[in-house]
Amino acid sequence: MDNTPALIVIAPLLAALLAGLAVWIEERLSYLIALTGLAISTFSAVKVLMQVIDSGTIQYRMAGWAPPMGIEYRIDLLNAMVLLLVASIAFLNLLASYKSVDQETNDRPGSFYTIYLLFVTGLLGVTATGDLFNLYVLIEITSLTSYAMVALGDRDRGPLASLNYVFIGVIGASFYLLGVGYLYLKTGSLNMVDVANILSGIHGSSTVLVAFILCMIGIWIKMALFPMHVWLPNAYTYSPVAFARIVAPLMTKVMVYVMIRLMITVFGFDYVFETLNLADAVVWLATIAVLAGGVMALSQKNLKKMLTYIIVCEIGYMVGGAWMGNQLGMTGAILHILNDALMTFALFLAVGNMVYRLKKVDLPDLQGLFGKMPWTMAGFVLAAFSIIGVPPTCGFFSKWYLILGAFEAGAYHFAAALIISSLICAVLFFKVFEICFFDPMSEGHGHGDSHSHVTIEEAPVSMLIVSGLVSLSLIVAGLYSGTIVNTIILPFLK
Amino acid sequence: MTDLLPLIVAKYNYWLYVILMMIGLYAMIAKNNLIKKLVGMNIFQTAIILFYVSIGYKTDATIPIIQNAHGGQGAHSAVIHAADYINPLPHVLMLTAIVVSVATFGVAMALAVRIYQRYQTLEEDELRMRLADIGLEE
Amino acid sequence: MRFLGFIIVCLTGALLLYGTGEFPDWGDPDSPASTHLSNHYIEKAIEETQVPNLVTAVLADYRGFDTMFETAVVFCAGLACFLLLRDFSQKKERFYRHTPTGVILHVKDSKKTLKVGKEFEHMDKDWVPSDLIIKTVCRILIPFIQIYALYVVAHGDFSPGGGFQGGVIFGSSLILLAISYDLKTLVRRVNEKVIGIFAALGVLIYVGIGVICMSMGGNFLDYSKLAPLVPGDPHHIRALGMLGVEIGVGIAVTAAMAIIYINIVSEGRHDEGL
Repeated sequence: MDNTPALIVIAPLLAALLAGLAVWIEERLSYLIALTGLAISTFSAVKVLMQVIDSGTIQYRMAGWAPPMGIEYRIDLLNAMVLLLVASIAFLNLLASYKSVDQETNDRPGSFYTIYLLFVTGLLGVTATGDLFNLYVLIEITSLTSYAMVALGDRDRGPLASLNYVFIGVIGASFYLLGVGYLYLKTGSLNMVDVANILSGIHGSSTVLVAFILCMIGIWIKMALFPMHVWLPNAYTYSPVAFARIVAPLMTKVMVYVMIRLMITVFGFDYVFETLNLADAVVWLATIAVLAGGVMALSQKNLKKMLTYIIVCEIGYMVGGAWMGNQLGMTGAILHILNDALMTFALFLAVGNMVYRLKKVDLPDLQGLFGKMPWTMAGFVLAAFSIIGVPPTCGFFSKWYLILGAFEAGAYHFAAALIISSLICAVLFFKVFEICFFDPMSEGHGHGDSHSHVTIEEAPVSMLIVSGLVSLSLIVAGLYSGTIVNTIILPFLK
Repeated sequence: MTDLLPLIVAKYNYWLYVILMMIGLYAMIAKNNLIKKLVGMNIFQTAIILFYVSIGYKTDATIPIIQNAHGGQGAHSAVIHAADYINPLPHVLMLTAIVVSVATFGVAMALAVRIYQRYQTLEEDELRMRLADIGLEE
Repeated sequence: MRFLGFIIVCLTGALLLYGTGEFPDWGDPDSPASTHLSNHYIEKAIEETQVPNLVTAVLADYRGFDTMFETAVVFCAGLACFLLLRDFSQKKERFYRHTPTGVILHVKDSKKTLKVGKEFEHMDKDWVPSDLIIKTVCRILIPFIQIYALYVVAHGDFSPGGGFQGGVIFGSSLILLAISYDLKTLVRRVNEKVIGIFAALGVLIYVGIGVICMSMGGNFLDYSKLAPLVPGDPHHIRALGMLGVEIGVGIAVTAAMAIIYINIVSEGRHDEGL
């Protein structure tokens, strides 16, 4: 029996528990355990992706029970891609986090790693599972760990931001749970494929419609689609940087994955786009989200907060693409899950390096950074170009598919919003570059060291290597986006 | 109205859960005190539990524990009729949901304690004032 | 905000009620929910798992994977409360009571401590005179509550109960101890380190059983593969697997309850509280 699919999720869970035990024995051990767990998980994810590309969908029965009786993991191309993405980003971030965790969580790094691993377990489980209720439990694990993490960040604002997140997060998860309840009442099953088979006979039912709306609203709240985004900026800004670096790229993207999974696998394309007439309204909502995210980002004074609004904007891209109702739009949305996760990760890695040295990242604090932290800034510039959508980087290609999809569907307003928001991002980032370029200290006398200010140097090597690696991967992902589309996304959508 | 009444009577459990859920949701949105909001959250989650458990109910059926399963000789000879026992699945799901809601409630309480330690208040408008006082805006 | 909230609430309620329009009547035995999966569980579970309590059978076996994460949620909540609230800094002031005279000493200097023994005893900021009736009744009750909790865990296969229920009952006995005596008594009895380890250990037992099943060549949590390891009737191996899992759940829940309670009531200082 090949247990690799289960291992992707079990390895981090087991590592989380062992790390939790290790806290009481030797604090340092927990880091090594965490690293090992995520390495096994990443390795398994690679193996599973290879298998899926070679031989199609993998089904794994938990406890050996056949679906729909038991819970099954059902890994197809889309899952496998997102699994690898989540596992590898979590692993890389852990590599980069060793020093910043020590700095930020003052005395309890071991427990930090436990919560971190549980969070990753939740994300991986959400991605791998083929069961609607199991999905809910895992969403709750990711949420609960995020609540704790957010509160551990900024001492003044962290707990408040976190409690707001709790209220909105609980409403989101409960709406999803209610949606699953309505589906269960109508179909009697919880397995995604089984539910889909039964649903195909009862498309006209009002209960199914309500179930669909409830599931979508729940997931939208969790992914922070405008205007349900209010929890996100504060929560991500005030969380510890080692956690912000993983939650920002992954949490929302995994929720977009869940939305696409529900649309394609559970309810089906026919139901979503032919029985219901909601697509136009949702694309308009996404258009507004894109524009609003961009505009709100413009008015921010803190770099971290500005980036969180860019996330809100990017969510708009993916939701709009997925609801375009054609293959190009969906391709763009799925490709953007991958690209946006990488771009946001690269951006937050750079920001993490800055926070490590500067402690706070309000825009005026960044003056002269090009001179002081050249490598960090190089990574930042590359990631920023990718967000703007400059050609060889990956951000360009997914935007290209999204725009093509918008034209095919006749959603010109969405295409326009996409271009406008790219321009806004360009303005935004060049503003940041400009601030970083001028060094206020060099204007005085030549000997800067006689000043009382602390000299700022480049971030530790471990953080720089990861940052550089991820930034380069943006170009690699861009160059190979044709391959990704042809081997993973198009076969999946067939 | 005459049509509505039998509809409500036949499904009054669902109406009750919706009303309960609305009460909880309203408290979560409109109340000023954070603890009251938390209580609203609990009512909201309990309403969902009520909904699920009522899905599992079957008239003229008993709790899902098979009788005389290991009791003496004719243990497995008796045929089990599905109609005699209520649906176990919603109960299982709700055990999970209860645990999740308790866990969320615990974490939220811990957060409330942290906020109280820092700001000496749990009223939202006062919190906003305190934040403005120390130069942090919403 | 209130008005907006009211509108949102009404819209949600209307949406939910609209959805109930096509629901089967309450208690309808032929509704899809009560026939599709439910009949299989009711008719086959005892044959397949040897556990007459169907809720336990579905919880710990058919959907055992869910339950594992549910236990992880409890562990996570305990850990989160610990991380958020635990305050290791020394308390600034202390209160002592001179037992023979009843004089209360308020020591403000954190470095000065008094030897607690026959003459002085620790006390909380608000001194509650010890109530002999409450203490005695609780002292008698607590062991029975704990025995009952163990029964609920162990008998979960046959009667209503299981790991969560038993764990919560056991946790409540610890909380009762803290309420009837004081928090210090509880903290002295259950060491923080021990409950921390137990919380992780409980989940680890669950995951560990799953991993053992995997290493025996089965799927994750497939208890039937444990048969060679466990003496006794291999026929009942699934029931035994479930029992093992439930014990793990019980341990984790007990420990998490204690951690959450102690940290919240004492605001993380583990000295005094309810």
